[in-house]
Amino acid sequence: MANIMIRQNSAGGLVFYLPKRDLEADIRSIEFDTPEKWGGELKLENGGSYYVDPMPKPARLPISVRARRLGAAED
Amino acid sequence: MAALTREDTEALIAEVLEVYPDKAKKDRAKHLMINDKTLESSKKCITSNRKSLPGVMTMRGCAYAGSKGVVWGPIKDMISISHGPIGCGQYARAGRRNYYVGTTGVDAFCEMNFTSDFQEKDIVFGGDKKLAKLIEEIEMLFPLNKGISVQSECPIGLIGDDIEAVSKKAAAQIGKPVVPVRCEGFRGVSQSLGHHIANDSVRDWILSNRDGQAFETTPYDVAILGDYNIGGDAWASRILLEEMGLRVVAQWSGDGTLAEMENTPKVKLNLLHCYRSMNYISRHMEEKYGIPWLEYNFFGPTKIKESLRKIASFFDDKIKEGAERVIEKYTPMMDAVIAKYRPRLEGKKVMLYVGGLRPRHVVGAYEDLGMEVVGTGYEFAHNDDYDRTIKEMGDATLIYDDVTGYEFEEFVKAMKPDLIGSGIKEKYVFHKMGVPFRQLHSWDYSGPYHGVDGFAIFARDMDMTLNNPCWTKLTPPWVKKEAVAEKKAA
Repeated sequence: MANIMIRQNSAGGLVFYLPKRDLEADIRSIEFDTPEKWGGELKLENGGSYYVDPMPKPARLPISVRARRLGAAED
Repeated sequence: MAALTREDTEALIAEVLEVYPDKAKKDRAKHLMINDKTLESSKKCITSNRKSLPGVMTMRGCAYAGSKGVVWGPIKDMISISHGPIGCGQYARAGRRNYYVGTTGVDAFCEMNFTSDFQEKDIVFGGDKKLAKLIEEIEMLFPLNKGISVQSECPIGLIGDDIEAVSKKAAAQIGKPVVPVRCEGFRGVSQSLGHHIANDSVRDWILSNRDGQAFETTPYDVAILGDYNIGGDAWASRILLEEMGLRVVAQWSGDGTLAEMENTPKVKLNLLHCYRSMNYISRHMEEKYGIPWLEYNFFGPTKIKESLRKIASFFDDKIKEGAERVIEKYTPMMDAVIAKYRPRLEGKKVMLYVGGLRPRHVVGAYEDLGMEVVGTGYEFAHNDDYDRTIKEMGDATLIYDDVTGYEFEEFVKAMKPDLIGSGIKEKYVFHKMGVPFRQLHSWDYSGPYHGVDGFAIFARDMDMTLNNPCWTKLTPPWVKKEAVAEKKAA
């Protein structure tokens, strides 16, 4: 489990940030994206993927959440 | 020499790496790349933020340098204790020329070295008591300090001193913030982790101190983040921002104060100059206080204009007009600088190897002067820095991460730049090789280089270095005569 931060970039897309490793990557897709259920599997543009427990959609971004690594980007 | 093509550069890298043993060669090859502007992400092409190879000459610093030297040191009314043996603090003292207004030793303390001067017995029996006594003495001798930070040097982490407990107790005693910073030099691979640790300690111990307190705000409050006022940089930036109608609440951390930092959560926009060293705190403020942050670049007219407009776009029409007014006012000044120096600098090639933001930020300023940056690299960048660099640099230029002394010299020999911008450790090597050199960490004792005022000085300095008559006098007269004689004979 790792603390990650999800923020919005100027283009409106979601950006994944892992402070511990200074890893910043655009989020390609998010599994659940409805007001009641938000989160699930995050697919990153660098090939990695993380899992965030689904929760109600946060009122404001950025938000820090706990995430589990499903597949690491090679590095 | 004409600019290198992609194949030439590839061949050059292969040639330079030839001397390494296989394992080292494989590792170093990952840190060198040839720029391709079409790339979106640098990840596939360059590896960064990795431990330097044992046995090579690296130019990196340590976490203590990143925390004490860069982030905490320039806060003028706080005292940063170099907790540990005396050398770390003494040899790094005032080296970065973070200018400030104040009376040193009375209400400003940046240029002084406060240290617990560890001896053998402190290593054996622990230094906590000494630290407590030191804080007491500081409070007695320098009562106008606004707070204290304890910057750990390597032994503190190794012997397991509890500086947090001492700091908490001392803070209660003196009624001022005392911040323990766990920035032991052995942490991380370079100074970069020191920046992160320093940002985290600011977040944990300083930032929320004034939450809930009244503060008279305006809709135009901004904070300058990641500007360390080297040679007066932050002042040159601040002039432009204030002229366009913004109110600069805080400077982090060049010429900054503790009060300014505590008031930063009340601003409307964080302006981030050095992304590498302060993005952490910007991200935190964005999450906790909802303050957006913006990277800007105040090197050279093109980038200044671009940045001013970008900053203004966050505000209403009054500021947007202000930005246009500022641009209009200063354009003739900047054009005059270009008119004066461009003919003298046109077409010259530059190689850079610095840290933080400069390898990509100054590219625009060189281009405004008609110069071309043929190679650039960072000491301690991460991949997000390289993502940003790819877009600034020309195609087929060389990008090197944590370049070793040997590689850098070989690249210079092959690419023959007209000017090199790097640090003090490289300066005299290249002087001896006969290449004009500017020390770009602290502007070679000049500056400021930011903003409009800075650009004039930047252009003058580059001209002064490049066109210095001394470079024609490198061949000693006896060698010269022989050459002339030979010509005559022929």
